Amino acid sequence: MAHDSTSTRTAASRVRYLGSAKSGAAENWAMRVTATALFPLSIGFVCIIASLAGKDYAAARAELSHPFAALTLLLFILAGVYHMKLGMQTIIDDYVHDAHWKDWSLIANLFFCLGVGLACVYAALKLSFV
Amino acid sequence: MAEVELGRGSPESRRPLSPHLQIYTPMLTMMMSIAHRITGVALYGGTLLLAWFLIAAASGPESFAVAASFFNSIIGKLILFGLTWALFHHFLGGVRHAIWDAGFGMDHPQREWLAQGTLVGGAVLTLAVWIFAFFAR
Repeated sequence: MAHDSTSTRTAASRVRYLGSAKSGAAENWAMRVTATALFPLSIGFVCIIASLAGKDYAAARAELSHPFAALTLLLFILAGVYHMKLGMQTIIDDYVHDAHWKDWSLIANLFFCLGVGLACVYAALKLSFV
Repeated sequence: MAEVELGRGSPESRRPLSPHLQIYTPMLTMMMSIAHRITGVALYGGTLLLAWFLIAAASGPESFAVAASFFNSIIGKLILFGLTWALFHHFLGGVRHAIWDAGFGMDHPQREWLAQGTLVGGAVLTLAVWIFAFFAR
């Protein structure tokens, strides 16, 4: 079977008897590294959000602009969007079989995660510095 | 194992497939795997609410009041409660996967305990946070 240069799929003939295709392990590893980071960060995130309950604007701003809260929030967002980008990518790889839809889904996933991540980071920084 | 006609290529390129989902008898660890994925997707969507809240807080008192009134409404509280549970369920599911990755707890009674622990732990932690938030305010 000739290798189709427009296909993202590795030809079976190229990987047969060679074990893995050699690059997928990086994403598997990144999933676990971000999950490890999210263990303490999500505890911190829940504490920050839960303590916002019932607070007025001034009190909420004061809490969110505290360096410890802001840093926890920023790290949580960065690790979180990376983690969820990889997770949604796995779901797309599993369920979207049409190559065209798969490409567009992966692009949409990347844009969503970058957009949400940047929006949260921008807002967290604005709360801290403006 | 099932085989599919790929339509082209040599017979040797017709690779075996994993059994499909409907072949399996439903069991707890499998349901927890599905729940892990669904809670992950819920949290993925939930980040939009976090972005909205942070942008509203950064924009000023008026937009903060709009966001706060949504989160304090019945619908808003239900969504936040659901997301709290999704977060803790996914969090404990991740811990379970880390234990499995380390090579522990895969035998019969242990894996069931881990799955049940995730279910109970997720519910307990969710209630604990909401009770804390209720009395702290």
